[in-house]
Amino acid sequence: MDPTIFWTLVVDGVVNGTIYALLAIGLVLVFVVTRVILLPQGVYVSFAALTLSQFQRGNVPGTVWLLLALGCAAFVIDALRTRSRITRAWFLRRVATDLVFPAVMYALVTWLVPLQPGMAVEVALTLMLITPLGPYLYRLAFQPLEQASVLTLLIASVGVYIALSVLGLVFFGPEGFMANPLSGVQFDTAGIVVSGQSVIMVAVSLVLMFLLWLLFDRTLIGKAMRAVAVNRTGARLVGIPISQVGEITFALASFIGAVSGVLIAPVTMVYYDTGFLIGLIGFVAAIIGGMGSYPLAVAGALFVGLLQSFAAFWNSNYQQVVVFTTLIPILLLRSLRAPAVEEEE
Amino acid sequence: MNPRVARAIAWALAALLLVLPLSPLIPEFWVTLLILIGLASLTALGLVVLTGMGGMTSFGQAAFVGFGAYTTGLLSTTFGLSPWLGLPAALIVTGIAACCLGAITVRLSGHYLPLGTLAWGISIFYIFGNSAFLGGQTGMTGIPPLKIGSLALLTARSYYALVWLAVVVSVLATINLLDSRVGRAFRALRRNAIAAEAFGVQTARAKLVVFVYAALLAGLAGWLYAHFQRTLSASAFGTEANIDYLLMAIVGGVGQVFGAVLGAGIVIILKDLIQDVLGRLGMFQDLLFGILLVGILQYSREGVWPLVSFWLPTTAARKIDPAADMEVPARPARVRADALLVLDKARKTFGGLVAVDDVSFAVGEAETVALIGPNGAGKSTLFDLMTGVRRATAGRVLFDGDPIERLAPQAIARRGIARTFQHVRLVPELSVIENVALGAHSRGSAGVMSAILRLDRAEERRLFAHAARRLERVGLSKEMFRPAGHLSLGQMRLVEVARALCLDPRLLLLDEPAAGLRAAEKQALARLLRELKGEGISILVVEHDVDFVMGLAERIVVLDFGKKIAEGLPRDIRVNPVVIEAYLGGVA
Amino acid sequence: MTEPLLVVERMSVAYGKVEAVRGVSLNVPPGSVVTVIGANGAGKTTLLNALMGLLEQTGSIRFENRDLRNARVEDRVAAGLVLVPERRELFGSLTVEDNLRLGSFRHRRHHEIDEELAKVYARFPRLRERQRQLAGTLSGGERQMLALGRALMSRPRLLMLDEPSLGLAPQIVRESFRIIADLHKSGVSILLIEQNARAALAVADYGYVMEHGEIALEGAAGELAENPRVAESYLGLGTTH
Repeated sequence: MDPTIFWTLVVDGVVNGTIYALLAIGLVLVFVVTRVILLPQGVYVSFAALTLSQFQRGNVPGTVWLLLALGCAAFVIDALRTRSRITRAWFLRRVATDLVFPAVMYALVTWLVPLQPGMAVEVALTLMLITPLGPYLYRLAFQPLEQASVLTLLIASVGVYIALSVLGLVFFGPEGFMANPLSGVQFDTAGIVVSGQSVIMVAVSLVLMFLLWLLFDRTLIGKAMRAVAVNRTGARLVGIPISQVGEITFALASFIGAVSGVLIAPVTMVYYDTGFLIGLIGFVAAIIGGMGSYPLAVAGALFVGLLQSFAAFWNSNYQQVVVFTTLIPILLLRSLRAPAVEEEE
Repeated sequence: MNPRVARAIAWALAALLLVLPLSPLIPEFWVTLLILIGLASLTALGLVVLTGMGGMTSFGQAAFVGFGAYTTGLLSTTFGLSPWLGLPAALIVTGIAACCLGAITVRLSGHYLPLGTLAWGISIFYIFGNSAFLGGQTGMTGIPPLKIGSLALLTARSYYALVWLAVVVSVLATINLLDSRVGRAFRALRRNAIAAEAFGVQTARAKLVVFVYAALLAGLAGWLYAHFQRTLSASAFGTEANIDYLLMAIVGGVGQVFGAVLGAGIVIILKDLIQDVLGRLGMFQDLLFGILLVGILQYSREGVWPLVSFWLPTTAARKIDPAADMEVPARPARVRADALLVLDKARKTFGGLVAVDDVSFAVGEAETVALIGPNGAGKSTLFDLMTGVRRATAGRVLFDGDPIERLAPQAIARRGIARTFQHVRLVPELSVIENVALGAHSRGSAGVMSAILRLDRAEERRLFAHAARRLERVGLSKEMFRPAGHLSLGQMRLVEVARALCLDPRLLLLDEPAAGLRAAEKQALARLLRELKGEGISILVVEHDVDFVMGLAERIVVLDFGKKIAEGLPRDIRVNPVVIEAYLGGVA
Repeated sequence: MTEPLLVVERMSVAYGKVEAVRGVSLNVPPGSVVTVIGANGAGKTTLLNALMGLLEQTGSIRFENRDLRNARVEDRVAAGLVLVPERRELFGSLTVEDNLRLGSFRHRRHHEIDEELAKVYARFPRLRERQRQLAGTLSGGERQMLALGRALMSRPRLLMLDEPSLGLAPQIVRESFRIIADLHKSGVSILLIEQNARAALAVADYGYVMEHGEIALEGAAGELAENPRVAESYLGLGTTH
């Protein structure tokens, strides 16, 4: 293999790896705080990428309807569940987050999009459309199962994934789309071409990781999230509202997913179900990191990015086989370190 | 559910299903649908056993269907062999694949296990789809039909009986397996692995056996599927199929044999109906599916089967023949060492915390020793060291002169140390007697095949008679057939004592046996323990009820902060100033 | 007569089919120390967990005349009901100071948090020394102090202590009881669960004896300590026979 190809593959691997790293961080975050293994994480990626593409074509994407529908459903179902505890403050807050916000988004999108408002506005609208899906889904599907086992939550996660991927097909059809690049610049160093888009991908990922570090290390709410992750009972005893923390966690995860989607939209042909595979690879990275550590998850993600890039060069038919098969020895190693006998609670 | 009722239902179902489609009144379309339900039932059945009973969720069962299907497909097309030869070949290939994958998978702990199955499930799916010799992306075509004599089973109606025969046989085999020594051990693994190991169950092996069993059911389904469809494409064995199987198991009621058949029926019929109703919008079926799945988890985690089984009789006594109780093989009567159990500077640290700090003491033959001390003094950890649940950081534990500190719990159990647990560890959905019979696990030898073929009946009769005797001794004969989860805490503790007695132990370790017992029950327990001592059993008991201990023990060892602070006769311990200080915090 | 701070009536808690607490009624008057004693498995911990809202319960709970029956854990904390659990439930991978700050999660105002933090550090100088250390690395006694300090950070009206002497060396146990007496003097009401019945009755004003999930006996702490039945079952060692 000549060095140009080698370095091109490395660059490719690292760029993909940073995206996997973002997704892995989102997955680890959701898992440690809520114990949900969030299969739909990849769906956010697809939805964001396709929503952006639709905006650029001047279309109103179906995700706007999804936001309206989920908002209403979350409002109604939450109201039924809360019943006797409904207070004025609760009511006003939920009306604002569940009914007014989606309606405003609907108005904004239908007004702005036909005007072709430019990349910045389109990206902002995309993030604002996709991020709230996380908390709505948490409230509809996972919050009622707060006390359930990891397994039950995993299966519920499968259910949510199925439902969302069908909606993806309905909203965006079976065709793939590619968005306009965020930057058209190309850097050429010694025959290895690095696009401005790649630089933006890596830079945005790094900034996002830094912001997440700030959140967890410097803010009380970030620390409350960590507290829930290390000791749920302890967190409840100091009055941390587990459900709200869950909502915030899901919002962060969907935001991370949406950012990843915006970043990959210009470089990959994205189909409604592309996100699943990307999400699963993010998983492989998260699992390599042990589902509990952010730095290890990032390292795992870079490893998987490189592995995939070289495997694709070797035999593109088997690249996924290689990626997923690597997981098995790693899982085995991880379990060997876990206690030999384990019991379900 | 009671195995007898289960078998009765299985036969009734079989009769109905086998005869029904022979009637020309049933349209061909429905017969096809029933075949698909039967095929899915087989795989879902394996999943019910694996997930519902064993707590191992697999997202990879479709891969085993694929192994079965592609094996017979390859042999009957490329190599032109008879499809009937494909059956053993399919089972062998599936079995080998399951052994390899299972050996890794069952070692995965917690949530790594389902994720691991997801990973190899996807890998294998890609291998099926990308291998040219399996037809690659286009799939495998031209698979011959099964033939009986010269009659080819080409129509759904002719194929139908074969599929449902396989289902009925598999259901019966599964019921038999679960109602056996191996089955009980397996059902204890999910929430009571520590207890199961303490009575000699080899957990990894038991898990692997069931994993392979579930895979073989899927492989059988694959063989039937290949010769029914007669074309194969990898998409039938992908993630979506895996999710469907899991959905069936959950909808029907994971943990219920008939839940699999019920779930497969509901899911496949529902899918079909939705497709009819929605017509072109058929893709919405999966949307409803996803919502349905989440809804079921939120409102009825047990699935639909419990709603049906509500109408069925739940308890039917099993016949116990007291005469069948096996003779207790004589334990070596000699005690080679000075004492039966010797702890020599046993030490256990967790990180920086010293839980057991160089503790030494001994328990003699037929002696009752009590271990007391404040909560958190390290008494339960000490029990764990003696039973192999945890390994001592340093020091020795000698049983009848032999070092046992490095032995596995199963090996220690075989030497005759039985225990009860501070936090009761019974299988709540099994009956009291089945729980007790688990204690006699290491006294039986029947394996999977003899369980399925019911060749284990004589041994089972002996084990149950043995268990019934022990249950009688603790005074719980009346509760024999109730689910263990329905007993009071005090009764559960006694069931644990009975289970420990089932091992015919030389040394009985009791962890707070009197906690939660009423006064009369405590007296009965003390009487029982004195009798056991009279029979030559040594007893080491951890207990907080000081009066109970004082009246029972010959010697008392006091632990505080992981250290032994006193040892002696009850009357001396009672007035020992160091003990009073430790127990009372010196505030009085 | 003052209205009790906490009034519990006919409370029951079940794990599946097993009832661990059966129809328990008890009161905590303001400014008093009330103790619940009983053997392991009598349902004491279950009782406290249910009062905190960690477990489903039936019956009524009134706290400062507010009905808490349907209140979530975080609402109970906000109302001033705080539990120091038997297992401490600290945040092991967070620093001592973060643990304490999270204790006043419900207040959120920075100057308030700093004020409380200063008070806790004044009471437990040891925690100030360890403020940057991870909670998981503390010794048993320090962990107990941190758990207590974290509870105090939320300005409790009623402090519920589950076996504060559990697994602690005698001198630390003595220290714990001194702190309890101290808190009592500063006006905090306390509901104390203790296996160490003698020590508990020594600091308490009033006591309840729990057996098999029910209140078997109640009375002024001094009277209970003298009661022969209590002496025999729970004071056990050291009593004359």
